[in-house]
Amino acid sequence: MIQVTDLCLGAGDFRLRDVNLQVAAGEYFVLLGPTGSGKSLLLKCLCGLVRAVSGTICVNGQDVTHLEPRRRRIGYVPQDCGLFPHMDVAHNIAFPLRARGRSLREALARVTPLAQALGIEPLLDRSPVGLSGGESQKVALARALASRPQLLLLDEPVSALDEPSRKEACSELRRVQEQFGIAHTRLSQRRGGPDGLGPGRSPLRRRVGPDRYDGATGPQTQERDGG
Amino acid sequence: MQRSRLARHDTSTDSRPAPAAGPRVHSLSVVSTGFLALFLAAILALVIADVGYTDLETVAGLFRSREVVSAMRLTAITSLLTLVLVVLFAVPAGYALSRYRFPGHALADTVVDLPIVLPPVVIGVSLLVFFATAPGRWLEGMGFRTHSVAAIVLCQFFVSASYAIRSAKAAFDGVDRRLENVALTLGCTRAYAFRTVTLPIARDGLIAGAVMAWARAVGVFGPLMVFVGSIRMKTEVMPTTIYLELTIGRIEVALAVALIMLAMAATALCLIHWLAASRRWWGP
Repeated sequence: MIQVTDLCLGAGDFRLRDVNLQVAAGEYFVLLGPTGSGKSLLLKCLCGLVRAVSGTICVNGQDVTHLEPRRRRIGYVPQDCGLFPHMDVAHNIAFPLRARGRSLREALARVTPLAQALGIEPLLDRSPVGLSGGESQKVALARALASRPQLLLLDEPVSALDEPSRKEACSELRRVQEQFGIAHTRLSQRRGGPDGLGPGRSPLRRRVGPDRYDGATGPQTQERDGG
Repeated sequence: MQRSRLARHDTSTDSRPAPAAGPRVHSLSVVSTGFLALFLAAILALVIADVGYTDLETVAGLFRSREVVSAMRLTAITSLLTLVLVVLFAVPAGYALSRYRFPGHALADTVVDLPIVLPPVVIGVSLLVFFATAPGRWLEGMGFRTHSVAAIVLCQFFVSASYAIRSAKAAFDGVDRRLENVALTLGCTRAYAFRTVTLPIARDGLIAGAVMAWARAVGVFGPLMVFVGSIRMKTEVMPTTIYLELTIGRIEVALAVALIMLAMAATALCLIHWLAASRRWWGP
């Protein structure tokens, strides 16, 4: 599905080098690391918002390293959800369809089934301003799914939620992943613990490439769940 | 009964002074509000003096004067043309200043403010000198005339564009760049993201800047007198009408024109404040 090979990237003085990872189709992949270790930067590079210095990113065998974000078909949900405050929830979700030339009527018609799948149908007429953290996350997820991505990148999707909500949200993410059959890559600062990965699973942990040139923080760890 | 005893007990044991009802008044708030009130009173006194010197009949009479009506028409036409030109420049220029860090960015950011801090008459002199140089003569050769609507628009543009660019930059600074980035990952081009995400969110600031620029354009006087001149029924706009009426001793007519300009400026400012105080322009 996605294969990252010897990826080097940077922002300002910060550098990540020789990042290697592979996520299979339908896989749920969690990238762990402390604050400031470059997790978000890596996700931005994968979806095309940050240019790679060297290395390659392949999605389904196609080299997308130098493609524009819109041509990569990689969905991205930032940490703060990034909902457009001047549009209601329905128009937020319809945005990717409108961007690809669908009429407003056609786009809005496709919003309802998505909203139903995520249980946010009652929110469709509301403004994103004033939604709770969990609601915002679901709307952002619905919007990303509306663009029919091959891969979905979620930047700290549950960090703003309390413990019970976090578990519920993680279960929801797994359900959505299974329903839509999209590979997910998720970021988390939380090391170990269930964190919604589900009981009875033994995630594979391994030390991988990303580290800082300045060596200010500890190593990055990727946690993989072959779901 | 029990409640009453408790209340008496509380009162007897608590030696702290009871908090004063209502907002606390500080000496600083009194002094600062006093200065504000003084300034407002001074402005109000000027307006009242203007109103007192003229009368409704004179104001109504302006609309029967061919010269004044012509000046009003020319002011409306030139200021609206200037507004269109200013918006065309200010939106991309403000966006470039806000979003991109190019070589000379700091210098560009400073130069944009130059027309704001310069005395407006300097802009008129500079235009006059520019049209004596080779590029200026070339423009004249291409059909540009100094005693024309185009020359008035040029003066108004140089005086007012900086306000709109500055305001546009601030408006774009206020738009979270991450929203544009998210839009890009959702399958749209940069132009589509700009049109559907950035512009609508920055809209209030852009409109406020445009209104401010228009108000400045309406009030341009010095550069017009130096560069364009004031020919009745040809290059006369409202500020020059005030000057011309004063020079022939018709102070009440000059003040009547001034009152109309005052009403226009007040309307523009009310529009800006209304936009700032509400988010009515935001909608799905």
